[in-house]
Amino acid sequence: MNMHSLILRTAGNFLLPLLLLFSVFLLLRGHDEPGGGFIAGLVAAGAIVLYVFSMDIASARRLLRVDPRDLLGAGMVIAVLSGAPAAFLGQPYFTAQWWEFGLPGGGELKLSTVLIFDIGVYLVVVGAVLTIILNLAEAED
Amino acid sequence: MLYAILSTFVLAALAPWVHRLTGRYSGWVLALLPAALFLYFASFLPAINAGEVVILVTPWMPGLDIQLSFLVDGLSLLFALLISGIGFFIVSYAGRYLEKSRDLGRFYVLILSFMGSMLGLVLADNLVAMFVFWELTSVTSYLLIGYNHEDLKARKAALQGLIVTVGGGLALLAGIVMLAIAGGSYELSEILNSGDAVREHALYLPLLILILLGAFTKSAQVPFHFWLPNAMAAPTPVSAYLHSATMVKAGIYLLARLNPSLGGTEVWFTVLALFGAVTMFVGVFLSFRSTGIKSVLAYSTVMALGMLTMLIGIGTETALLAAMAFLLAHSLYKGALFLVAGILDHEAGAKDFLQTGGLRAALPVTSAFAILAALSMAGVLPLFGFVAKELMLESVLGAPGLVPLLALLAIASAILGVGVAAIVGIRPWFGPRVETPKTPHEAPPALVAGPVVLASLGLVFGLGPGLAEGGILAAAAQAVNGGVPVDAYLALWHGLNWPLAISVLALVAGLFLYSRWERVRELLAWVDTASRYGPERGYDKMMDGIIGFSDWQTRVLQNGYLRFYIMFIIVATALMVGVTAQIFGVSVGPLAIADLRVYEMAIVAIMALSALFAVLTRSRLGAVAALGSFGFTVALIFVLFSALDVGITQILVETLTVILLVLVLFRLPGFLGLSPWWVKLRDATIALAAGGMVTLLILSTHSAREFDSIAQELIEWSVPEGYGRNVVNVILVDFRTLDTLGEIFVLALAAVGVYAMIRFRAEDRR
Repeated sequence: MNMHSLILRTAGNFLLPLLLLFSVFLLLRGHDEPGGGFIAGLVAAGAIVLYVFSMDIASARRLLRVDPRDLLGAGMVIAVLSGAPAAFLGQPYFTAQWWEFGLPGGGELKLSTVLIFDIGVYLVVVGAVLTIILNLAEAED
Repeated sequence: MLYAILSTFVLAALAPWVHRLTGRYSGWVLALLPAALFLYFASFLPAINAGEVVILVTPWMPGLDIQLSFLVDGLSLLFALLISGIGFFIVSYAGRYLEKSRDLGRFYVLILSFMGSMLGLVLADNLVAMFVFWELTSVTSYLLIGYNHEDLKARKAALQGLIVTVGGGLALLAGIVMLAIAGGSYELSEILNSGDAVREHALYLPLLILILLGAFTKSAQVPFHFWLPNAMAAPTPVSAYLHSATMVKAGIYLLARLNPSLGGTEVWFTVLALFGAVTMFVGVFLSFRSTGIKSVLAYSTVMALGMLTMLIGIGTETALLAAMAFLLAHSLYKGALFLVAGILDHEAGAKDFLQTGGLRAALPVTSAFAILAALSMAGVLPLFGFVAKELMLESVLGAPGLVPLLALLAIASAILGVGVAAIVGIRPWFGPRVETPKTPHEAPPALVAGPVVLASLGLVFGLGPGLAEGGILAAAAQAVNGGVPVDAYLALWHGLNWPLAISVLALVAGLFLYSRWERVRELLAWVDTASRYGPERGYDKMMDGIIGFSDWQTRVLQNGYLRFYIMFIIVATALMVGVTAQIFGVSVGPLAIADLRVYEMAIVAIMALSALFAVLTRSRLGAVAALGSFGFTVALIFVLFSALDVGITQILVETLTVILLVLVLFRLPGFLGLSPWWVKLRDATIALAAGGMVTLLILSTHSAREFDSIAQELIEWSVPEGYGRNVVNVILVDFRTLDTLGEIFVLALAAVGVYAMIRFRAEDRR
């Protein structure tokens, strides 16, 4: 699936890193501002799909390095495991755990199992969308 | 205790690696766990024999009041010791027996998981936990019977065993729930103390029937006995362990366990004694006319299970002690004999008694201990089998009713039992040498260890019955008797009495029957024809019926046309909404149309036009684009009502949907107007009805408020409880994590489904 469009190809090359970065941004800020794992995952998947349209599937797969199905599995595992710390602390599974760190320069870093769960969601969404789209696109060849 | 049971599952998960690391010694290495567990359980012995009952509690699902509690008394300890003790020999035996099987690693996984499930079953105090373990034993049994999964017969037998036992398990589940209602608790330790309340409860009869269904199917009582001989398709260590020494006794365990709260009634006695006695006779009868080594042993196991059921049904103190003694005796001799059957197969290639004869010289050690075990089976002085059998006969003669019938069946079974023992103990070893498929030679230590120890224990306990009684059996019988010590004792010599006379008669008559074995088998040839109309035929008919029915409904409901699937889904949804609306009534409040802004009306107009266009256009691409424009306007509405997250998601999903549709679009055939007018009319009706229902639903949810909205609370909690200002995200990943987990699981499953569909189609075409 190659559109052979110079404009699309050039734009795709620039847009991909930007979109991926944006998706991570959305993922991280999701707890306080619009965003979150689901939206960020869709954006990232969209970025890769754009790359598929501007280049071709084989180079998209090379870019990914891993099979999207592995992302799917890894995401599920991460999401399920994010509930485990609570269990070790004797709380019901999936009780959120928060750790706050002061950063040099007055900032504050909030880490949590919730974020880990959201990363799992992110990976599952990316994996699911890409598994479907890449295979559908390949099947036509 | 929890860790003891968990350890088996942990080791089961690691077993394939242990097997790879230790190679041919894997059997011995893995057998260390059952050995350690045996010692652990043995450490409870002093306390239990002092009359204590140990209850260990771990909270499991505190919200549902389900605890992982364990009950250690004489009965559960006797079973736990048998399971771990025999388990030791089975695992070490299997390491050698299945040495050449490439699935040995998988076998360890299954057999250790089974061991853990069985231990959980007999030690659980909570009924729900017990039931979970009960079902786990059925599942592991299924996998173990089907171990030779390339063999159609093995797979069929596995499925049969599973369906019969799990079918009974379903009945048992219902029975357990009723028992908990009647007994006022899910904890066995409490139910056992409220026996009168249970017996006088209105649910007593239904719950008894359901629980008996569970116990009878598991323990292969007539008419559910047919699955057990078929289960012999499993490798021999499995037959020895699951289908003789442990799992099939789970039903017996349940009956014995519940005896204090369910037993002592007329129904209990009649049903158990009758079914047990008939099973006992049918089992030994079928055993005597079989020639396959394992089927002879399997049917004689059916007999033993029947006898145990009968003894628990009789329920006198002598009978309860007899049941416990016979349980131990049977596990010892039958475990040993099954392992010998495996040796005959492994070392001589013999699977049928007719293929064997005169093997004493070739297998000196095996034959000696096989004969010892067979003597115990026949109930010959001074073996433990004799002690147990004397007590059994004494209990039958002292039964509270039906004495003539029970005694007749018991004497007949005793005679045939001796005959069966003779087949096992004489046929392969004495007489003229019969050519076996393989040149026979003595088995290695790993294979002989089990028969040697188990058969010897039969002799030790026979010579010193007090050892077994004081060791565990008295405590076990006490537990079955509801915590009251039983007024009976085990002895090798009870003096000259009726049981002894019957024993002697049985010995003589049994040996006579054995000497005419071939002739008797010929006379019994009609059984083959008759058995074609037995309960197994009923099972086959039922399975055919079920398969036929699912075939038919699959053809009708899943005919492969996407448009029918969609139609069914939409019609069903519309009907459900419609019927519910009919029943509960729908009120649509006044609509504040005057409040609509101009731009809102414009958006709605765009939506309506897109939908209309999507329906009417003759171009697929046009339809996709129209649907896309519809989706984007919906997103716009979300944004207008400040649901920013939902709006963004909608836009992204819309984008990807359009891409997806474009990818599949050109695969579809051209747009043809082939449908006749009535199909169009039907589809239009369905579409309008479904659309109307959804509109009604939305309008009514808007106006009907049965409960206060929780939205405000969620918004208030968001920052203090969830540390986040984005309420939508906080709900998704914190407040309702489990829902989100379910959703991403569905998403992952859908992706895998699509992947499989595309890939396998591509492979099919190649």
